[in-house]
Amino acid sequence: MELLAFGDTGWGDELFYATLMTIAVAITAMLIGFLFALIFTPLKLSKNKFLNLIANSYTTVIRGVPELLVIYLLFFGGTGAVMYVASIFGYNEYIEINAFITGAFSIGIISGAYSTEVFRGAIQSIDKGQFEAANVLGLNKFGKFFKIILPQTLRLAIPNLSNVWQITLKDTSLISVTGLVEIMRQSYIAAGSTRDPLFFYSFAAVLYLLLTFLSMKLINKLEVRYSRGY
Amino acid sequence: MDIELMVSSFPKLLGATVITLKLLSVSLVIGLFIGLIFAILRLNKNIFISRFAYGYSYIFRGTPLLVQIFIIYFGLGQIEYLRSTVLWVILKEPYWCAIIAFALNTGAYTSEILRSAFQTIKPGLIEAGKSLGISNKIIFYKIQIPIAIRQSLPAYGNEIILMMKGTSLASTVTLMDLTGVAKYIISTTFKPVEVFIVAGGIYLFMTFIIHNVIKYLEKKYSFSQ
Repeated sequence: MELLAFGDTGWGDELFYATLMTIAVAITAMLIGFLFALIFTPLKLSKNKFLNLIANSYTTVIRGVPELLVIYLLFFGGTGAVMYVASIFGYNEYIEINAFITGAFSIGIISGAYSTEVFRGAIQSIDKGQFEAANVLGLNKFGKFFKIILPQTLRLAIPNLSNVWQITLKDTSLISVTGLVEIMRQSYIAAGSTRDPLFFYSFAAVLYLLLTFLSMKLINKLEVRYSRGY
Repeated sequence: MDIELMVSSFPKLLGATVITLKLLSVSLVIGLFIGLIFAILRLNKNIFISRFAYGYSYIFRGTPLLVQIFIIYFGLGQIEYLRSTVLWVILKEPYWCAIIAFALNTGAYTSEILRSAFQTIKPGLIEAGKSLGISNKIIFYKIQIPIAIRQSLPAYGNEIILMMKGTSLASTVTLMDLTGVAKYIISTTFKPVEVFIVAGGIYLFMTFIIHNVIKYLEKKYSFSQ
């Protein structure tokens, strides 16, 4: 237990901050994922074959390739890509990308592919009559989307999005390979310096269980809220 | 784009694919066995037994696979007693530690898939078996298990693909699987895009094959026939 003391003698405070980091990365990644879903879901539903192809390649590649490989691509290739873009605009200094941004972005791309599929499924399962009724009521495009389609999509999507959240939360453990100090990395450091890996990795497992358990409770509440009318 | 590097790294990556496939197949076989046992335990009427099975699947599904591998590979070696037993022959090898972690992990997901498949079997089918005077054992092996396997094929196909991606974590415990070799080539040549295209292509090809095999099996064993 003294291994978990707060302050200089134990690893309690370090692990506490590492847990906050895991939560921060997971939330940022989830939001980046939504952004990707916002772009790719319309492409998936579009009637244009070429746009379909783009969206389908994104979701197929990301869901068919290991997360770790995507992280390595962005970790080793991200700096180069950003510097290349910057050099087009005439900036030739070395740019170092923060580990948090690389990590959240790579997990975000992965989570985005899953979110896209969830939103596509949800929108497709909305009754056609709803679209037609919205047209009949004379709602414009925005009104139709935000007042009619989106609330119904959310209700259908929340259970599946909660799965995406669980996957995203667990995937954040993988970005420890890039050196970002989240739960896994901190446990690795603590295990190395105390020579007690069993304790620290088991404690990390407990922290992850706690996070998944608490987020399930929260999501269940959301689910109830969005199913009010049913 | 360095085409030469892509061509020269292809055989190396293909060689590493063999390790990935070995890890995948061995852990899937063990995992299916574990999953079946825990699915049956889960449906047991004894509340302690079913709680135990639920706890197993909850813990393994609620924690990242990486933590599980690290606990088994780094953590278990710390227990002095284990080092003196026969088990140590297995546990000192990263290969077997990875397989144990993968098998336990996929076992947890498989048990959930099979449990829901067993639960969705129509009671009428079991009653029909009983009224024909078939023993409970035969009903289980000849009626419940085949139907459950058919029911769970689509979900299990997804699990195989997830597990194939999961084997990439073996590279974190020094194994040179497809991802491990890919990372090695990337860190020595600093050409991440080229290596990603080749290694990712191999993974996608495997996903494609698995997907189609499952689709074929689904069709073959569909109820309508």
